[in-house]
Amino acid sequence: MSARELFTLTNRHFKTSVGITAAFFFVTAIAGFIVLPFAQPWVQFADVWDAICSAAGVPQRAASVTAPEQTKRLSGVVLTSNTLSRPSQEAIGRGATLAQRCAICHGPTGVSRADSPNLAGQYAAVIYKELHDFRTGARTNAVMSPFAVNLTDQEIADLSNYYAYLPRLPAYHPSPQLPKPNIVIFGAPMRGIAPCGACHGSLDNKTGSPWLEGQSEAYMKAQLQAFASGERRNDISQQMRNIARAMTPKETEQAAAYYASQPPDVVKAVD
Amino acid sequence: MLVNRKLILAHFWLAFAVFGIALTLGAWQMFIRSPIGTWLSNPELYYRSLTAHGTVMGYVFPTLVAMGFGYAISESALEQRLVGVRWAWAGFWLIVVGAIMAMVPVGLGRASVLYTFYPPLIGNVFYYLGVVLVVVGSWIWVALMSVNLRVWRKAHPGAPVPLAMFANVAGSYLWAWTAVGAALELLLQIIPVAAGLKATIDAGLARVFFSWTLHAIVYFWLMPTYIAYYTIVPRAIGGRIYSDSMARISFILFLVVAMPIGMHHTFADPQVGAGFKFIHSAFTALVALPTLLTVFTICASVEIAARLRGGRGMFGWIRALPWDNPMMLALAFSFVMLGFGGAGGLINMSYQLDASIHNTQWITGHFHLIFGGAIVIMYFAIAYDLWPHLTGRELIDLRLIRTQLWLWFIGMIVTTFPWHWVGILGMPRRMAYFDFGDPAIAPQALSVTLSAIGGFILLASGIMFIVILARGMRAPLVDAGPYRFALAVHQPTMVPVALNTHALWVALMIALTLTNYGYPILNLALSEGTSVPAVYVGAQ
Repeated sequence: MSARELFTLTNRHFKTSVGITAAFFFVTAIAGFIVLPFAQPWVQFADVWDAICSAAGVPQRAASVTAPEQTKRLSGVVLTSNTLSRPSQEAIGRGATLAQRCAICHGPTGVSRADSPNLAGQYAAVIYKELHDFRTGARTNAVMSPFAVNLTDQEIADLSNYYAYLPRLPAYHPSPQLPKPNIVIFGAPMRGIAPCGACHGSLDNKTGSPWLEGQSEAYMKAQLQAFASGERRNDISQQMRNIARAMTPKETEQAAAYYASQPPDVVKAVD
Repeated sequence: MLVNRKLILAHFWLAFAVFGIALTLGAWQMFIRSPIGTWLSNPELYYRSLTAHGTVMGYVFPTLVAMGFGYAISESALEQRLVGVRWAWAGFWLIVVGAIMAMVPVGLGRASVLYTFYPPLIGNVFYYLGVVLVVVGSWIWVALMSVNLRVWRKAHPGAPVPLAMFANVAGSYLWAWTAVGAALELLLQIIPVAAGLKATIDAGLARVFFSWTLHAIVYFWLMPTYIAYYTIVPRAIGGRIYSDSMARISFILFLVVAMPIGMHHTFADPQVGAGFKFIHSAFTALVALPTLLTVFTICASVEIAARLRGGRGMFGWIRALPWDNPMMLALAFSFVMLGFGGAGGLINMSYQLDASIHNTQWITGHFHLIFGGAIVIMYFAIAYDLWPHLTGRELIDLRLIRTQLWLWFIGMIVTTFPWHWVGILGMPRRMAYFDFGDPAIAPQALSVTLSAIGGFILLASGIMFIVILARGMRAPLVDAGPYRFALAVHQPTMVPVALNTHALWVALMIALTLTNYGYPILNLALSEGTSVPAVYVGAQ
């Protein structure tokens, strides 16, 4: 009964409601797409169509703005939580052979005596990312870069799987466990610093972030300083650089000393 | 003519049981991030609780209330037995199964993604499937409301649909369409990633889909409250509805303009064009209209009751109102909270004003005041009003009911006013921890403490509410008579087709969705390189 009577132009309710709705839409559309874009004197449009496209959110690059030239290499590694999951025994075996050349700094069991990172039991995704970054030059180190520059993708994956496979061992000279400092457990919310522990262990672990328990204190301190000075820059979207810059020297020391004093076998085993 | 009382009671009891649990979690959250609580060293526990609180309060609780109330309206307003009772029970059990399925991974800490999902954050797939089941269960209700109205129309050709049912069906259609946004987000984007079929997700597009649901869902929550304003309150206080047509127009306006306005939630999102943000902002302004119409009509209806009771003078009639009647009290509290909350909402929807409070505690304060305050207090009133008709037993202790309503009102004001205030001071939302020892935020410690105290007042009121209803199940038997809705001053005998059917308004709602969402969604869906790697909860 109703539909035929209602959906005709002779029904004044139909005419009025559709008319008002359409009129309201057109008035707001004209205001939003034409009037308001031109009301911004600091934005220049070539013509009306240009203004409409801009207000509609059509992806475009303004002709007058050139993208800043990238002088330094950035990390191009994509990590997902499936990266390198379920390695084969062969891959681990190949990695073990390749790892002979790493042993001089990182130790024959993956535990370093030379203030280099302990790699035994480190997350595969972390080693994979760092080796890629050393190879591309996104991260540089006088000793490490020459080792990484000739590695193939396969070799990087094998090495990552091998080290992830090794058991986490205590450091050579474990110091007594220190209590958790504020920066590790609370961060510093007012300076925009998330707790270290939210990504690096003690609270939680996130993809691409290494666990730090039992790592060399000197190494961690040096890396935080390198992030703060911008010398190291292979962190995605400056995550670590922003944090390290905002940290006080005392916090840097506390965080490094705390993690160095922790036994690595407390790292949450979820992988 | 309430026949299927067990069905309706099952919906209400489940709703209030999960409400009790989520309310307790909410109070704990207020406490733990306030200066009076000791800092919880694991923030994941906070977000776990927050996810459970939001999912229950946002999806499960109001949906069950709307469904139970909807069945009650269908039977009593249309005076016909509910058609499709088996389907209704199926919908109920789908919600039970869905809620449990969603809450298990949340309880295990595998889905601490908050009820708004926050892609690229991805939780356990069963959480999302549980939410889908809850929505599917509620869609059965939508279909049943439509079918029941159709059956009634066949038996009463051309007769005006009772206002309560007209509004109820409008609310169900609004829900059916607004849930589509979140359903698209879940089915096309989140679930494939959560199930491991994909590893990247277009977070910007997902947020646009969610905004489609996120604002109109508020009006779905609001519908039972507005139905109670119009069709229960005037009857309960001995008055009449000032204008039946005005009521219909308000519900129609909600149906048409509640939907195409969600992008005011994405004002800070770069992937949405400024022109569309402006259109959505303008339409959001329009949605204040039905609320203003309602406030006017209800105040006029209440005045009729007061004058019938002998009230005189310009404002003297206010004293003549039955203030010891819980329904009167609930309405007054609801209006006060709606007034403050609505005023805050006008700030949120303004493109420029929003910039100062976007993503601050102001927003959380705002939606707790509107939903937890203005809306939920009327859910209490609905339950009190319906209970004797559902149980056949009297709710005797009016004093306890009044105390409960007072406590809820005071608790909500004490909770949300300081909450708004710290938002203006810049305190961000969704934080598990604040260092109140820091001189920069130490002055906010007092406000946050007040909020936490308000949370406990609300908890006390919530417990009282459940106790009152439980005691009502054991009170002496009484014949409550048939359940009736308020009559209008001029009870309609003829209603224009436009005000008696929903087709035109549903068509306008869909048309406005296409104009206001069509291009932004297509643009994002067809653009290359807009996806980002998913971040799995609890993954390395």
